Amino acid sequence: MTIDKVLEIADMRAVYTQALVDAAEKNEKIVLLEADLMSATGTKPFFEKYPERAFNCGVAEGNMVGIAGGLSASGFIPFANTFTAFAARKTYDQFYITCNYALQNVKLVGSDPGITALYNGGTHMSFGDYGLMTTMPQLTVVEPSDRVSMYKLTQQLADMHGNCYLRIHRKGAETFYDASEEFEIGKGKVLRDGTDVTIITAGMVMVKEALKAHEILKESGISAAILDFHTIKPLDEELVLSYAEKTDAIVTFENAQRANGLGSAVASYLAESRPTKVTRLGIDDLFGEVGDLAYLQERYKLRAEDLVESVKKTLNK
Amino acid sequence: MIQDNEVKELQKKAFEIRKMTIDAIGHLGVGHIGGAMSIVEVLTLLYYKVLKNIDPKNPQKEGRDRVVLSKGHAGPSLYSILADKGYFPTEWLYTLNHGDTHLPSHCDMNRTPGIDMTTGSLGTGASAAIGMTLADTLKGFTDAYTYLIIGDGESQEGQIWEAAMFASMKKLGNLIAFTDYNKQQIDGYTQDIMSIDDLNSKWTGFGWHVQRVDGHDFRLLDRAIKNAQEIKERPSMIILDTIKSKGFCYGEGIVGNHNMSFDKAKAEEAIKILTQCQGE
Repeated sequence: MTIDKVLEIADMRAVYTQALVDAAEKNEKIVLLEADLMSATGTKPFFEKYPERAFNCGVAEGNMVGIAGGLSASGFIPFANTFTAFAARKTYDQFYITCNYALQNVKLVGSDPGITALYNGGTHMSFGDYGLMTTMPQLTVVEPSDRVSMYKLTQQLADMHGNCYLRIHRKGAETFYDASEEFEIGKGKVLRDGTDVTIITAGMVMVKEALKAHEILKESGISAAILDFHTIKPLDEELVLSYAEKTDAIVTFENAQRANGLGSAVASYLAESRPTKVTRLGIDDLFGEVGDLAYLQERYKLRAEDLVESVKKTLNK
Repeated sequence: MIQDNEVKELQKKAFEIRKMTIDAIGHLGVGHIGGAMSIVEVLTLLYYKVLKNIDPKNPQKEGRDRVVLSKGHAGPSLYSILADKGYFPTEWLYTLNHGDTHLPSHCDMNRTPGIDMTTGSLGTGASAAIGMTLADTLKGFTDAYTYLIIGDGESQEGQIWEAAMFASMKKLGNLIAFTDYNKQQIDGYTQDIMSIDDLNSKWTGFGWHVQRVDGHDFRLLDRAIKNAQEIKERPSMIILDTIKSKGFCYGEGIVGNHNMSFDKAKAEEAIKILTQCQGE
């Protein structure tokens, strides 16, 4: 599919599936595994187009990820899908041993990141998955924020040898980038430049709120750079450092636990390389709960206004 | 039907493998002797008679039969076989579990030539073996088999049964599994810790072709594998009645023989006793 057509797709899950179908057309090694969430992840088009390369493993996520490891050991490139909560919690050992420790090429994909599990509630919310996945040695962790980055990064992950955890937004979609924008795994993007403060964020809901905050702050005379860290690990240290130098104040904003997430990685890096004022916005030491997105954003302080308030506090304004 | 002279050769080989394994673990002073010794016959039969298209000089050869030792702690007896087959120098056996070794206690496909899958966290090898079987089907290697070896204690893992369900549903006739039913696990007898009986019924219920044989009898083992190869539409489970620590006299028949400490002198003594028992 042409990238212009991708921009017309309604849901991020469908962009992901399209990227996978297109990648599979070029690369016959790409295979897909589901654990009874094909309907939720929206990968039916892949099952229809490549029935022999798609496996529904039933509600057995650990087995699914183990099978992915076996397929990878035979040269295939498996994408294994489930919700982020189950990817991080139910398959952790299988993903660790059979995939990561075994140096395979498995792409574990989790949808419904953080609060976007909405009405599935606390049992399905994966606040800790950034932390769990980034502590897995040598694992690449990616969360695209819009249609363009989802389409292009998914295909890049298929081409990249090595395991990865891809965290994807499921329903609804946004476009923050031009269709021609190019992405590099491990290299963050500057969505808005700024001189007073740098906001480092990732994922569709957070980037959208950060862009809103950028406009609100502008009205208050604050120039905020917005960096989209689509790759959580490896951290783009170069970009962190250059914006620490440039703005001397960083606010991180993530749809995940504040502990062990993107903000922690930024703060840890800067503490050792260039001590800089860092404020980490994210989910406190809390469990998830049910609600609509507006309620959950308010509950966990993940709205543009929470970010604005935090930026002002950070800058003593 | 396996010939008498072949059985004799295999028995001789199994004896050698046991000696090498006791020697290697004794050299270090500690290791998973029990579960390594109970599977010597099945490993010997696989590597010296059954496996097709394997090449010690090209361990990654496409289309080869593969072995997934899901009870990865039994690596030491498999290492003895791989060394004997020429996958790597026999001297490596003395590096078992030393820092920077090629031979860690649990199987590692990236460190040891000839190891087909990294295992160690119990249950994981079963799913990986399924992935390999699916891969062979996708690649058109219809004659390639994946041989999976799981432990009886390992059969308490939920992942085993997730894998069991999948393999029969997908009619994976090229997957042949063995349960090393030596009746013991770390904390005692499986019967006392967490019974897995009736194992035959469990696997049958999951849709597998099931056989149960004396895991130390080459004739019965060989016939069971041949039978399993004839079953095209179902995965096969061959339950091996075995003795934990078989051939290592200090471990046989006692509780606590999963991982044992013994020095070189004791290893030499055990090898001497084993040799006397073999009548050599």
